[in-house]
Amino acid sequence: MLTLRCPCCGVLADETELAPGGTAHLRREGPEASDEAFEAYMFLRDNPRGVHFERWRHAFGCGKWFHAARCTVTNEVFGTYPAQTAAPPEEVLEAIRRRRPEWER
Amino acid sequence: MSRYSALRIVREAMRRHAGWGRAWGSPEPRRRYKVVIVGAGGHGLATAYYLGRNYGITDVAVLEKGWLGGGNTGRNTTIIRSNYLQDPSAAIYEKSRALYEDLSQELNFNVMFSPRGVMMLAQTEHEVRGYKRTVQANALQSVATEWIGPERVKELCPIIRIDGPRYPVLGAHWQPRGGTARHDAVAWGYARKCSEMGMHIVERCAVTGVRTEGGRVQGVETSRGSIDCESLCLVVAGHSGELAQMAGFRLPIESVPLQALVSEPIKPCMDVVVMANTVHGYMSQSDKGEMVIGGGTDGYNAYTQRGSFHHIEETVRALVETFPMLSRLKVLRQWGGIVDMTGDRSPIIGRAPVRGIYLNCGWGTGGFKAIPGSGWATAELVATGASGPLAADFGLERFREGRFIDESVAAGVAH
Repeated sequence: MLTLRCPCCGVLADETELAPGGTAHLRREGPEASDEAFEAYMFLRDNPRGVHFERWRHAFGCGKWFHAARCTVTNEVFGTYPAQTAAPPEEVLEAIRRRRPEWER
Repeated sequence: MSRYSALRIVREAMRRHAGWGRAWGSPEPRRRYKVVIVGAGGHGLATAYYLGRNYGITDVAVLEKGWLGGGNTGRNTTIIRSNYLQDPSAAIYEKSRALYEDLSQELNFNVMFSPRGVMMLAQTEHEVRGYKRTVQANALQSVATEWIGPERVKELCPIIRIDGPRYPVLGAHWQPRGGTARHDAVAWGYARKCSEMGMHIVERCAVTGVRTEGGRVQGVETSRGSIDCESLCLVVAGHSGELAQMAGFRLPIESVPLQALVSEPIKPCMDVVVMANTVHGYMSQSDKGEMVIGGGTDGYNAYTQRGSFHHIEETVRALVETFPMLSRLKVLRQWGGIVDMTGDRSPIIGRAPVRGIYLNCGWGTGGFKAIPGSGWATAELVATGASGPLAADFGLERFREGRFIDESVAAGVAH
């Protein structure tokens, strides 16, 4: 079973305790956005086979949202970090590069 | 390739079955084809078949990175139905179901189509209203379905408990001509006919790159060399995102595992397909006697082809309440496939942003039933360069234009 450490309360939680929230770091488009930009925000996804940054909520725990970096092929978790950020922190990127030297964002 | 027949079985029996031969060839790929189809699953092979049958295009290669029909074609629960709410869906799925009716004769290969009837249980008041509405929609779409009460459900499927405390059966949406078919045989049958028409089916040939020039496709790089083509058709289900990335565009698709399991084989006890969408479970009995059970999808993107174990527990727990006799059965095997989910839970058949590339993907959790109709529509698209009436509404542009075919409400999870 997939387990993630909640960066907000520190609990190592099973996936049954968590609610997945989809791809992280999407930039919301405003009212003046073009149709193409809004389509990209709303529907188009990288859907990577490999490293994926995603949102989770510790639904049956502290209830807070957080982010995780996970491999979609092996379910290896490279790190979790709080949701109050627009990009993954350097130490998570470093952890990914250590395990996947060929990976590029 | 010679015809299969009863006479042939007798003749082969007389000579120790030495004369059967291979059902499809395994040629070395040529350097150039008119059409290259990536993915030798049901949809890819059906596309190739109808390209040859309906349009006379046989300069076709179907490339497959694994083995033929080894992806979702060999991993689904083989349910065939066309009781959809939206008109475009009903049209393509009904076309598909109708093609399944005589597919064995058409392919000269027994696909074991069994129109045993599909019932979708209504276990909440919300579902009762939803399915009654769908029955009315189906009547307008010329899809034969009816609303049946709990007594009729019990009559058709005596092992159902209709008065369970949490999930009582309040009625069902019944499609008498829905059913099941042998999934592998569908892929094998199409492959045999494609091979007979002179098309190349190249297994163990992974596409590693897509060559484009000036916004137009030139060919593909593969593990067995470079191949040029005029048209490239991507039919790779859960791996559509990867192929799109190679060709330099993105898709409104996310890949998630969907699981299924079978029980140990038991004597015949259920001769219909039952879908229970409230509890995310659906079940039929295979000809071998196993209870074939489909579960829900994982909530997060993954390419693991196994899925999270707790989904099995949830599915089985709910099904045991509706089918109490299941509680004593052992699970024989469990597996997962990677399904390609679109934003509106409807498929994509249409042109890609790169000229010469055509897409057939996004079938999500419900692709098997659509194989013949999808192949039919995609062949028309590839042969003529424009979508016909079956595929017209399923283009990629619908996401930008806001013309969704919103089946996520109509079909629930099981699809």
